[in-house]
Amino acid sequence: MSLQFNNEQMTEFKRLVARYPEGKQKSALLPVLHLAQDSFGGWLPTEAMDYVAVLLNIEPIEVYEVATFYSMYNLKPVGKFVFEVCQTGPCMISGSENIITYIQQQLGIQPGQTTKDGIFTLKLVECLGACGYAPMMQVGKIYREHLTKEKVDAIIAEYRMQVAAQN
Amino acid sequence: MGVKLLLEKANVPGIRSYDVYRREGGYAAAEKALKEMTIESIVEEVKKSGLRGRGGAGFPAGMKWSFIAKPEGVPRHLVCNADESEPGTFKDRYLMEFLPHLLLEGLLISSFALGSNDTYIYIRGEYAWVATILEDAIEEATKNGWLGKNILGTGFDCMIHVHRGAGAYICGEETALIESLEGKRGNPRIKPPFPAIQGLWMRPTVVNNVETLAAVVPIIKMGGDEYAKIGVGRSTGTKLISACGNINKPGVYEIDMTISVEDFIYSDEYCGGIANGKKLKACIPGGSSVPILPANLLLKTAKGETRYMNYESLSDGGFATGSMMGSGGFIILDEDQCIVKNTLTLARFYRHESCGQCSPCREGTGWMEKILQKIESGKGEVSDIDLLWDIQRKIEGNTICPLGDAAAWPVAAAIRHFRDEFEWHINNRELSQTSNFGLQHYADPIHVPA
Repeated sequence: MSLQFNNEQMTEFKRLVARYPEGKQKSALLPVLHLAQDSFGGWLPTEAMDYVAVLLNIEPIEVYEVATFYSMYNLKPVGKFVFEVCQTGPCMISGSENIITYIQQQLGIQPGQTTKDGIFTLKLVECLGACGYAPMMQVGKIYREHLTKEKVDAIIAEYRMQVAAQN
Repeated sequence: MGVKLLLEKANVPGIRSYDVYRREGGYAAAEKALKEMTIESIVEEVKKSGLRGRGGAGFPAGMKWSFIAKPEGVPRHLVCNADESEPGTFKDRYLMEFLPHLLLEGLLISSFALGSNDTYIYIRGEYAWVATILEDAIEEATKNGWLGKNILGTGFDCMIHVHRGAGAYICGEETALIESLEGKRGNPRIKPPFPAIQGLWMRPTVVNNVETLAAVVPIIKMGGDEYAKIGVGRSTGTKLISACGNINKPGVYEIDMTISVEDFIYSDEYCGGIANGKKLKACIPGGSSVPILPANLLLKTAKGETRYMNYESLSDGGFATGSMMGSGGFIILDEDQCIVKNTLTLARFYRHESCGQCSPCREGTGWMEKILQKIESGKGEVSDIDLLWDIQRKIEGNTICPLGDAAAWPVAAAIRHFRDEFEWHINNRELSQTSNFGLQHYADPIHVPA
């Protein structure tokens, strides 16, 4: 098996499993899948799910059924930065549609697609609990709130700079 | 200014840290509870306080605690429900983000009262940075002897663990949350057995909302009787309201439940009125699941009495002319908003979040979304309104968990109060694509039946 946690990731894995009683290690499945997704390029190939099954001593199907149920697990490759824009009621009445259209135009992609350079993915999601700070989107582990066209421009530029700095 | 019991210190610089929280009187209630009180007396104070579950259902918290089974040799667990996902609701996030130690203190007292040595905070996966804040706070509290072994020399051991979900509204339902905490899909369980008898890992479990558990701190501090004096009737204490939509000052407010809906919307202390000088059209007062009300029925009840921000007054008139306090997610719609479109986004939300276990919800939510999409895009027929009504009626009450009801109610209320707007959409197919129905008569003084 080629996909494996490195030492640091393995330490985190053990910390997660230790939260649950002896023999209830399956309870760590959701946090461990987050760790796997973060560790293996932002998505969960079958190989990663099989690896998690071995680590937790459960059947692969137990991992698949969970990974396909929860919306935060990506089952296909995604860009380096995933724009998850909220489209539910409170965001909609606060102008999320214009923001979504604007992001589509600026990135040249439709919801569900990734830019050709592999930097951005656009996803439309349901309520993220930021209704008072709408319109908003989640990017990785943080929320970008009170979005305007100018703010979207600045965010896209910021991430492009980050990628350029790494190359 | 109203009474503030939870957010009183929210603006103290550095209150997120243990040192500042402690300096401001934090953990005094925990000390009192663990050193001076018995388990029975803590439960008694919570019962006397009249505290009702702040997650949405409003079930008396003390009573819920008293149901927990105590079989010999079986561990019990307290689980904090921080899976805040009801559209319009973001109060728990605020509390956890700015006052993490207040929640931990409430959890410690409650864990002691319930005999939970391993307590879990199930937080929605998207609140990743909030989970980090909580983990840091747990580390600080442990270092200072408030968590871990033999707390304050009482012999009581307690550890709090943060468990991140992964994106599923259904996990806010307590049995789905427990399934998820066991590493499974969030499919609600059939009750009975109730979690108090067989919950997490089939052990006796109490699941309470973040705000409910935080409220235990002021209750212990001031005593249940004093807490019960705040508010009115069975709406005791304070309630966090997350206000959003077309208002000047969206945000999280703590109210003492004696304020009128009108004052809450228009006073500068709270929402600050409707944004951009527009008029109020409608409001969903307790999170997306509760019935939407047109302005006239929101500000006054059908009897013409002032409506207040509390459990009883918001539900005055039942579903025919009232709504619910719910989770406190207060969504305001101005005159430019389209009820059909708003209902469509909510129907899409519930279709997306249905776990798929029960056919009426799994199929029905999708049908409702499709029909609403048809009407919204100018292809609707008058018979579609009756069809929508029929579908929602057949979902309600026919599912294992309340998600079915939560999906049905917004559609039912939209048709009940805004049927003419649905009809206008259908009869003005082209016009409805470029303009909206507007305010019409919704803000008119209500008709009081003789």
